[in-house]
Amino acid sequence: MSLQFNNEQMTEFKRLVARYPEGKQKSALLPVLHLAQDSFGGWLPTEAMDYVASLLKIEPIEVYEVATFYSMYNLKPVGKFVFEVCQTGPCMVSGSDNIIAYIQKQLDIKPGETTKDGMFTLKLVECLGACGYAPMMQVGKIYREHLTKDKVDAIIAEYRTQAATK
Amino acid sequence: MGVKLLLEKANVPGIRTYDVYRREGGYAAAEKALKEMSIESIVEEVKKSGLRGRGGAGFPAGMKWSFIAKPEGVPRHLVCNADESEPGTFKDRYLMEFLPHLLIEGLLISSYALGSNDTYIYIRGEYAWVADILEEAIVEATKNGWLGKNILGTGFDCMIHVHRGAGAYICGEETALIESLEGKRGNPRIKPPFPAIQGLWMRPTVVNNVETLAAVVPIIKMGGEEYAKIGVGRSTGTKLISACGNINKPGVYEIDMTISVEDFIYSDEYCGGIANGKKLKACIPGGSSVPILPANLLLKTAKGETRYMNYESLSEGGFATGSMMGSGGFIILDEDQCIVKNTLTLARFYRHESCGQCSPCREGTGWMEKILQKIELGKGESSDIDLLWDIQRKIEGNTICPLGDAAAWPVAAAIRHFRDEFEWHINNRELSQTSNFGLQHYADPIHVPA
Ligand SMILES: Cc1cc2nc3c(=O)[nH]c(=O)nc-3n(C[C@H](O)[C@H](O)[C@H](O)COP(=O)(O)O)c2cc1C
Ligand code: SF4
Ligand code: FES
Repeated sequence: MSLQFNNEQMTEFKRLVARYPEGKQKSALLPVLHLAQDSFGGWLPTEAMDYVASLLKIEPIEVYEVATFYSMYNLKPVGKFVFEVCQTGPCMVSGSDNIIAYIQKQLDIKPGETTKDGMFTLKLVECLGACGYAPMMQVGKIYREHLTKDKVDAIIAEYRTQAATK
Repeated sequence: MGVKLLLEKANVPGIRTYDVYRREGGYAAAEKALKEMSIESIVEEVKKSGLRGRGGAGFPAGMKWSFIAKPEGVPRHLVCNADESEPGTFKDRYLMEFLPHLLIEGLLISSYALGSNDTYIYIRGEYAWVADILEEAIVEATKNGWLGKNILGTGFDCMIHVHRGAGAYICGEETALIESLEGKRGNPRIKPPFPAIQGLWMRPTVVNNVETLAAVVPIIKMGGEEYAKIGVGRSTGTKLISACGNINKPGVYEIDMTISVEDFIYSDEYCGGIANGKKLKACIPGGSSVPILPANLLLKTAKGETRYMNYESLSEGGFATGSMMGSGGFIILDEDQCIVKNTLTLARFYRHESCGQCSPCREGTGWMEKILQKIELGKGESSDIDLLWDIQRKIEGNTICPLGDAAAWPVAAAIRHFRDEFEWHINNRELSQTSNFGLQHYADPIHVPA
């Protein structure tokens, strides 16, 4: 098997599993899948899920069942930066439709697609608990709130620069 | 200014850190509870406070605690529900982000009262940075002797663990949450058995909302009776409201439940009025699942009485003319908003979030979305409204968990109160693609028969 946690990731894995009682290590599945996704390029290939199953000593099918249920796990490759824009009621009444249309235009992609350079993926998601700071989107670990067209432009530029300097 | 019990110190610089929280009187309630009070008396104070669950259902917290089974030799668990995924709701996030130690202190007291040595915070996966803030607070609390072994020399051991979900509204339902915490899909369990008897790992478990558990701190500090004096009737204490939509000041507000809906919307202390000088059209006062009300039924009840921001008053009139306090997600729609479109986004949300176990919910949510989409796109037929009504009725009450009801109610209420807007869409297919029905009569005084 080629996919493996490095030492640091393995330490984190052990810390996660230690939160649950002896014999209940399956409980760590969700947090461990987050760790795997973050460690292996932002998505979960079958190989990664099988690896997690072996670490937790459960059947691969138990991992597939879970990975397909929760919206945060990507089962296909995604861009370097994933724009997850909220489209639910409160964001909609605060103008999320315009922001979604604008992002599509600026990146020249539709929801669910990734830009040709592999930089950005656009995903439409449901309420992220930021309704008072709408329109908004999640990018990686953080929320970008009170979006305007200018702000979207600045954010896209910011990530382009970030990718270029790394 | 209303009384503030939870957010009083939210603006103190550095309150997120242990040192500042402690200096401002933090952990005094935990000290009192663990050193001076018996387990029974803590539960008693919570009962006396009248505190009702802040997660949406409003079930009395003290009563819930007293149901927990205590079989010999079986560990018990407290689980804090921080899944917060009901559209319009973002109060728990605020509390955890700015006052993490208030939650930790509430969890410590509650864990002690329930005998939970391993307590879990199930937080929605998207709140990744909030999970980090909580983890940091837990490290600080442990360093200072508030978590870990033999806390304050009482012999009580307690650890709090943060568990991140991964994007599923249904995991806010307590049995789905427990399944998810066990590393499974978030499929709600059939009750009974109730979690208080067989919950996490089949052990007795209490699941409470973030705000409920944080409220235990002021209750212990001031005593249940004093807490119960704030508010009115069975709406005791204070409530966090997350206000959003077309208002001047969206945000999280702590209210004592004697304020009128009108004051809450228009006063500068809270929402600051409708944004851009527009008029109020409708409101969903308690998170997306509760019935939407037109302006005229929101500010006054059908009897013409002032409506207040509390459990009883918001539900005055039942589903015919009232709504619910729910989770406190307060969504305002101005005169430019389209009720069909808004209902469609909510129907899509519930279709997306249905776990698929029960056919009325799985199929019904899909059908409702499709029909609403059709009407929204100017392809609706007059029979569609009755069809929608029929479908929502077939879902309600026929499912394993309340998500089915939660999906049915917004559609039912939209048709009940805004039927003519749906009809307008159907009768004006082309016009509806370029313009809105608008405010119409929805803010007019209601005719009250003598
Ligand atoms: C579909 C669904 C979603 C729910 N989401 C949440 C949630 O995100 N947070 C929450 O505290 N309660 C939620 N609840 C309510 C919980 O099932 C449970 O009643 C609550 O956590 C109990 O805590 P409380 O008594 O302190 O309110 C949800 C219920 C349903 C049916
Ligand atoms: S009502 Fe819906 S969400 Fe709840 S158990 Fe049934 S299918 Fe799942
Ligand atoms: S509706 Fe968009 S964050 Fe809640």
